[in-house]
Amino acid sequence: MSRHPELGNIDRSRTLRFVFDGREYHGHPGDTLASALLANGVRRVGTSTLLGRPRGIFSAGAEEPNAVVQIEEPFPEPMVLATTTELYDGLVARSLSGRGRLADRPDPCRYDAVHAHCDVLVVGAGPAGAAAARAAESTGARVIIADSGPPAADRTRAYSAPDPHGLGTGPQTRVLARTTVVGYYDDNYLVAVERRTAHLGLDAPPDLARERVWRIRAKRVVLATGAHERPIAFAGNDLPGVMLAGSARTYLHRYGVLPGHRAVVFTTNDSAYATALDLAAAGLTIAAIADSRPEPAQDWADRARAAGIEVLAGQLVTEARGDGEVASVLVGTRELPADLLLVSGGWNPVVHLFSQSGGTLRYDERLGALVPGESPQAVEVVGAAGGDLGHGSGEPLWFVPAGDYSRHFVDLQRDVTVADVWRATGAGLTSVEHVKRYTTAGTAHDQGKTSGALTSALVAHATGVAPGGAGVTTFRAPYLPVSFAALAGRDRGALHDPVRITALHDWHAARGALFENVGQWRRPWYYPRAGEDMAAAVLRECRAAREHVAAMDASTLGKIDVIGPDAAEFLDRLYTNLMSSLAVGSIRYGVMCRPDGMVFDDGTAIRLAEDHYLITTTTGNAAAVLDWMEEWLQTEWPDLRVTCTSVTEQWATVALVGPGSRAVLGDLAPGLAVDRAGFPFMTWRETEVAGIPARVCRISFSGELAYEINVSSWYGLSLWEAVMSRDVTPYGTETMHVLRAEKGYPIVGQDTDGTTTPQDLGMEWIVSKKKPDFLGKRSFTRRDTARPDRRRLVGLLPRDPEALLPEGAALLAGDRMAGHVTSSYPSAALGRTFALALVSGTHTTLTTRSGVAADVTSSVLYDPGNTRRDGAETETAAPPAGGFEAPVRRSPLAGFEAEFDGLRLAEAPFLTQVNVRTGTPLTPPGTAVTDGETTTVWLGPDEWLTVGPGAARGVDVSAQRTAIRITGPRARDLLAHGCALDLHPDVFPPGRCAQTLLARTQIILIAESDGFLVLVRASFAAYLGAWLLDAATEF
Amino acid sequence: MLLIPCPWCGARDEVEFHYGGQAHVAYPEDPSALSDEQWGRYLFFRENPEGDFAERWSHSAGCRRWFNVVRDTRSNRIKHVYLPGEPRPVTP
Repeated sequence: MSRHPELGNIDRSRTLRFVFDGREYHGHPGDTLASALLANGVRRVGTSTLLGRPRGIFSAGAEEPNAVVQIEEPFPEPMVLATTTELYDGLVARSLSGRGRLADRPDPCRYDAVHAHCDVLVVGAGPAGAAAARAAESTGARVIIADSGPPAADRTRAYSAPDPHGLGTGPQTRVLARTTVVGYYDDNYLVAVERRTAHLGLDAPPDLARERVWRIRAKRVVLATGAHERPIAFAGNDLPGVMLAGSARTYLHRYGVLPGHRAVVFTTNDSAYATALDLAAAGLTIAAIADSRPEPAQDWADRARAAGIEVLAGQLVTEARGDGEVASVLVGTRELPADLLLVSGGWNPVVHLFSQSGGTLRYDERLGALVPGESPQAVEVVGAAGGDLGHGSGEPLWFVPAGDYSRHFVDLQRDVTVADVWRATGAGLTSVEHVKRYTTAGTAHDQGKTSGALTSALVAHATGVAPGGAGVTTFRAPYLPVSFAALAGRDRGALHDPVRITALHDWHAARGALFENVGQWRRPWYYPRAGEDMAAAVLRECRAAREHVAAMDASTLGKIDVIGPDAAEFLDRLYTNLMSSLAVGSIRYGVMCRPDGMVFDDGTAIRLAEDHYLITTTTGNAAAVLDWMEEWLQTEWPDLRVTCTSVTEQWATVALVGPGSRAVLGDLAPGLAVDRAGFPFMTWRETEVAGIPARVCRISFSGELAYEINVSSWYGLSLWEAVMSRDVTPYGTETMHVLRAEKGYPIVGQDTDGTTTPQDLGMEWIVSKKKPDFLGKRSFTRRDTARPDRRRLVGLLPRDPEALLPEGAALLAGDRMAGHVTSSYPSAALGRTFALALVSGTHTTLTTRSGVAADVTSSVLYDPGNTRRDGAETETAAPPAGGFEAPVRRSPLAGFEAEFDGLRLAEAPFLTQVNVRTGTPLTPPGTAVTDGETTTVWLGPDEWLTVGPGAARGVDVSAQRTAIRITGPRARDLLAHGCALDLHPDVFPPGRCAQTLLARTQIILIAESDGFLVLVRASFAAYLGAWLLDAATEF
Repeated sequence: MLLIPCPWCGARDEVEFHYGGQAHVAYPEDPSALSDEQWGRYLFFRENPEGDFAERWSHSAGCRRWFNVVRDTRSNRIKHVYLPGEPRPVTP
C-alpha cells in the first residue's frame, strides 16, 4: 500500500498528522481518515462485535459497514465512518468493537438549523445531478444542490464524477457541500445535515455552527443519489483486504492510494474491469479476474488480457484466506497469492430517499436490484439511482455455493452469516422483516446498506420464490446517522424551549426567588430569605398572607376579552353555571367542562358591560381555552355575535392578600372606597392604584380578604414596587397552593385529571339546574358519571401531624385501592400537614402503601364558615405611608438593540395596538397597509390589528405584544433560522404580513421596505430577543 | 411535515395547526332527548377510514380559523379544503 506519485485530489504540499490506535501517521488535505489509513498500510480498523474477527476498510463511502471508529480529539464522537471523515491535523481516533463512547462533557460546539425553499432540489452532484442542476438553473429557477462531498473549490483536481465547476452559477442557486439529505417527508419536505466545521478539526472557529440542519421545502426534487456496490457472500469474505471493487478505484483516483499490492478481482459484471485496468496501470498487480459469467463481455475481457491480466470466465472465488488479513484467494481449486480481493456483485441504486417519499420500488431482474417506481410526490430520479448504471451486467450472484456457510458473511457489522439466514428460514420465517429481526441483519449502524439486498435474495432463494419476491425492509429516515446535537440545534440550554416571563420577572429574580415552570411560564415559587429552606420560606409566606398582608404576581393567569351582543349567551353555554345573570360590575367564579362532563378549566368572569366580559383561565390552559371558545363559535355556533381576544399579557395582575390588604389598598388608592360595604366581595372597581389606572377585583383564592389589581403590563413593575413599599410580603406559587388547598379549592390539572366532574370535586353548586343545556350537562346523567362510587375530593389529615403524604401516592382502604393523593403540604395555619385526595367510597381512615395512616375529612380545612373573606368588621385605617413614586412605563425589551454585518435589531416599544373585529374588510388578506403613521395588519377574515396612533375601535392590546424591528439586507437570512415561511422577496414582499411561528413562538410578521417588524407577545419577548441574538452569532 | 392549505393564509407547515378530528360531527340539537348510548356515540365514536377522511383543523398559530379538509389517510394528500358549515365536497 502506498501513494501513487500523481493521482488523487490531495494537497501533497501539506502534511497532516493524526493518531489512530495510539500510533501517529501522516496524511494530506483531501484525504479521508480511511484513505490516509490505507496510504499508511493500516488495514485493520475494527473488531467484529460478536465473533471478535478483524475487520478492514470495505468501501470508500457512506455504505461502509466496518470502518466505524471512535473520534477522541478534538471532541469525543462515537461510531463515525472513517470513509467519510475528512482528515485534519490533530485528529485522534481509535478502532472500535461495537459501540463507541459518548463524551463525558457538554459539547462546546454550536449547532444550527435553517429553513429553505426552492423550485428544484437536486440531491447529489455527480454527473447526473450536475446535469439536472444545470438544466434547472438555466430556467432561472430557485435551485438548491446538496452533495455529501466537499465543495468544488476544495477539490484540486476533478475526478470521474462531478465536474463541479459551472455548478452554482445561477443567480438563485445555493450549493450545499458536505450536506447529506437524510430524510424525505410529506409534501416535498426534506431534511439535510450540513457538516460545516468538523473537517477543520482543532481550527474550527467556535462561533460557527459545527453542523446545520436544513429543512427544505422543494417544489420539485431530483434525486441523483447514485448506486452502492453489492458484495458477494463467500467463505472469509470479511477479512481485511476484501474490498468493494469500485471503492478501490475511488481510493486510487480521488486519494492516490493503492490499497494493496497484488489483487484478485471477483465480479459478476463489467464495472470491475475498469477498476482492474486502472489499478494495473497504476502499478498494482492484478493476479486474475474471476468473472462469474461464462462469457464475459468480449471488449472488456480483451482489454484486460491486453494489459496482461488473466480472466477466469465462469469461475467463482470460493474462499479468501489469511491470518488476520487476505493472503491468498481460492478460485475453484487454484490458490492465488494476493493481499487484496476486490468484489463486485453488481450495484444497488440508492433508493432510500425515493422510498421515503412514498415511492414504490420495483425489482429489476437485469440488475438484481430495486429501482424506483412511482412516487406520489414531485420527484424524479436520474442517473445510477434510477438504475441507469452504464455498464453491462450478468446473472446476479448472491453467494458462492459451499458445504459450510458459517464464514459467508452477509452483514459485516452484525456478524450475520448465510448460515444464520438459513437458520432463520429453516425455522419457518419467510418474511424479510422477520428474518431481519431474528438474525439482526441490517439493524446496525449502516442499516443494511451492503447487506439488505443480499439478505432479501437469500430469503427468496431459501423459500423458493423468485429473486426480489421476498420483499425488502423499509427504508427509514435518517439515511445516515445524525447526531442528537444537530437535531437539537440551538434548542438547548436557555433556548431549549420558549420561556414566558411577566413584567415583574426581573424584580423576582433580583430578590432571589426560585422559579417554578408552569407551562412555558417561569413563576416565582418562593422567596427564601438568608438561611431559609423551602419549608421555612413557605410557612413564613403563608403566615404573612393569613395574618398580615402578602402579594403575589398573578399576571400569568390567562385573560380573554369576550365581547358582543351574544357574549352572555355564549358564556352560558360554555360554563356550567349561569353567567348571563351576572350584574355589570360583578364577578363570578366558573367551571368549564368538556361535553363528556369532565372539568376542563376554571376561572372568573367579570362583567364589564352588558355585552362585554373578561374571563380568566388557569395559567397553563389559556391558549387551550381560547382555542376551545373559537372552536365552538366557529364550528357550532356561528350565529352567535361574539368575538374573543387574548389579553393575557396586556395586564399585569397583583394579588394582594391578607387581613391587612384593605389598609394597603386604601393607602395606594385614595380615590377608592375600600370598606366592606363600599367594595363588596366579588365586585370590581376602576380606579387609580399608585397613580396607575387600574381595575381592582375583590376576589380571593386563599379565603382571606384579598384583591386582584390589574394594570397595563407597561406599569406592572411600578405597581408592584408601590405595593412592596408598604411592607407587604411577596409570596410565590407554593404558598398560593397551600393557601388554596387549606380552603379545599381544587387546581385543575392537579386535583383533576380529565376524569373528574364538578360533582367529584364537591362542587354541585356550580352546576346550573336552570339552564336547558351547557357543555357537559348531558353527561352528568350518564350511568358512569352518575355512579355513586366515583372518586371524590376529600381532605386528609395524617395521623402523624408531621408526615407529608407524597402527591400521587395510592391510598388503601385495607388492601383495596381507594384513591390517590392530589395535593399535600405542611400548613402554618393548621400547624400540621394535610392533603387533598380523590377517593372512592366512604372511609374514616386510609393508608399509603408505606403504611402512613391519615384520617379522611372535609376538603375544606381552614375557615369553613368563610369568616375571613371580608376582613375585619371595622378597621383602623393604616396611617398614610406618604405617597408613592411617580409610575414609570417600561417595555418588555427596554434597551434591546444590536447591530451585525448587514443586520440591525431593535425594539420598537410602546406602539399603540388595537385588535379590530369587523365584517368590513380593512385590508386584503395577508397584507399590512400603512398610512405613514398607522399600519393596519390583516390577522384573519374578520380580524385586523392597527399599529400606530390612528384611532380604531376595538380591544386595546398595546401592551399585549411588543415589536422588534429587524432591518438590513440579511434580515431574511436571520429569520430563516427559525421561521418556516418562504420570505423570498418575490413571495413575501414589503406590505405582506403573516401570523406564524418564529423560534417556536407565535409572532405577527410584517414585511417593510427595509426589513421586518416582528410583533411578539410580551411574555415571550425576552426569550425571542435572546434567540435572535444567538441566531445572529454568525452575522 | 405536512403542508396544510389554510383557506385564509395559504399553505403552512403542520406545526402551525391544531387537529380537530372528524368533521361533520354536529353537537346534537337536544342532548337531553338522547339515550345514554346515543349520547355516548356522539362523545366517543369516530370513524377511522383508510382513504378519504373529512377532518377539522384550526390554524392555531396563524389566523385561528377552523376549517375542514378531505385528506386521503393513505397518502396524506389533501384533496379538498372548505369552510365550517359547508357540505363535504363529493370526491370522485
